[in-house]
Amino acid sequence: MSNTEHTKSYLDDTYAMSYPETHAFWEASASGRFLVKTCQTCNKAHWYPRIVCPLCGGSETDWQEASGNATLFSYSLMEKADPPYALAWVELEEGPIMITNIVDCDFSQLKIGQALKVRFRQCPEGRYMPVFLPK
Amino acid sequence: MTHKAKAYIVGAYEHPTRYAPDKSVTQLHAECALGALKDAGLSIKDVDGFFCAGDAPGAGPIALVDYLNLKLTWMDGTELGGCSYMIHVRHAAQAITEGKCKVALITLAGKPKSMGMATGTAPRSVGPDRPETTWDLPYRSTIAGVYGMLAHRHMHEFGTTSEQLAAVKVAASIHAQHNEKAVLRKVVSIEDVVNSPIISSPLHRLDCCVITDGGGALIVTSPEIAKTINRPRVKIIGTGETINTSNGGYIRPTETGAVETGKQAFSEAGVSIDQIKYASIYDNFTIMVLMQLEDLGFCKKGQGGAFVAEGNLISGKGKLPWNTDGGGLCNNHPSNRGGMTKMIEAVRQLRGEAHPAVQVKDCDIALASGPGLVVGVGHAHSTIILERE
Repeated sequence: MSNTEHTKSYLDDTYAMSYPETHAFWEASASGRFLVKTCQTCNKAHWYPRIVCPLCGGSETDWQEASGNATLFSYSLMEKADPPYALAWVELEEGPIMITNIVDCDFSQLKIGQALKVRFRQCPEGRYMPVFLPK
Repeated sequence: MTHKAKAYIVGAYEHPTRYAPDKSVTQLHAECALGALKDAGLSIKDVDGFFCAGDAPGAGPIALVDYLNLKLTWMDGTELGGCSYMIHVRHAAQAITEGKCKVALITLAGKPKSMGMATGTAPRSVGPDRPETTWDLPYRSTIAGVYGMLAHRHMHEFGTTSEQLAAVKVAASIHAQHNEKAVLRKVVSIEDVVNSPIISSPLHRLDCCVITDGGGALIVTSPEIAKTINRPRVKIIGTGETINTSNGGYIRPTETGAVETGKQAFSEAGVSIDQIKYASIYDNFTIMVLMQLEDLGFCKKGQGGAFVAEGNLISGKGKLPWNTDGGGLCNNHPSNRGGMTKMIEAVRQLRGEAHPAVQVKDCDIALASGPGLVVGVGHAHSTIILERE
């Protein structure tokens, strides 16, 4: 994820627009809010967002605002890329683990288990994606 | 031994090429088909079942079936990445047991090498049709990056070291020196591996498999036809398949689908882990071998590092001779899909046709195990157990 700002929005983004049922997420992420889908039956959050709960099969899932807190579950530094970047799994405070990037920090200081906070970065296509940086 | 298997592998062929800019993927498939049929002493007219995966031109069976002009009663285009061909063996055995076909042909071919594909280190270009893509594509996830995260987590949970991972590559290279077709025939040391450049931390260049053009094919048939063929008979006695999902984000990435497929295959075969004389274990990265060894039960979870560091994978020396052709790490990884070559070397071992320097004595029962694809982040997996009859 780069720091470049783009004039587009998620409404221009084929990856967002192919999934009309996820538009609430992209609307929120454009204003810096992080939504996760939570099941009304088992009350668990899941990732990536679905219309069926992948944990209990429940058909009622709601968007809930997440705390934005997470811990670093694992990561890999893509040292051959220019510039190098950090691919990571982070465990959200709400439970699920998601794939993401760690940004704006000294990668050599990263440690599995450390506390992270969400930020949003815009894709060239238009939608804003959650990324994380150390607290 | 008591098991219900009613199908045999009677033909196996690994294409000799590792670089084929002068051939189409279709031609490579056809050459592999003819090679395996010749190995079995059968002709293309005998084939009534056909199995292929996403590497086939058109990503399904129809184009190759037309090209080869096969007259079929059964076909299967199951696409599950690198382990597709192992799952095809399972599906072929089932179809043959039920009498739906008698001679099943399974083919694989591809040419990522001559196409200059950055198989593991560049994000793959995909559209929005898969639901997880919208959520992970912008992070520039690569195959090598995901396996780097797996390795890092395994190190964190179990204390596994880069030197232990390197022992997997060392074993592969010791075997590959005897394989004149292998891409990397030089025997390497632990130091060579850990001093090679980092690709995706903590994985080094020599923790990764080779990129090759080529392919392979297998022939599966019924007991009646197998008895008419003058080749050592290799019986399919246990099989398993699964998709290890991303489980809504509640993942245990250090655990592979081998936990499930190993259970299925061993239960069906009615053999114990101690009876396995040889194992082909898909080695796209060194860490994947470690995790499957643990999940299949060759050692306890978390002990894979110690198991490989003791030299247990080296034929003639260790407890579990493994990937004696040099595997994907040194020999061949056609079309970026390792399941086919894993099956072929297991068949060679059971027939006594592996290179004499790596042939396992009295090799009567062998196992092949491998993952396929990386999805959000889960994977497919298959385990196959074979017996020489």
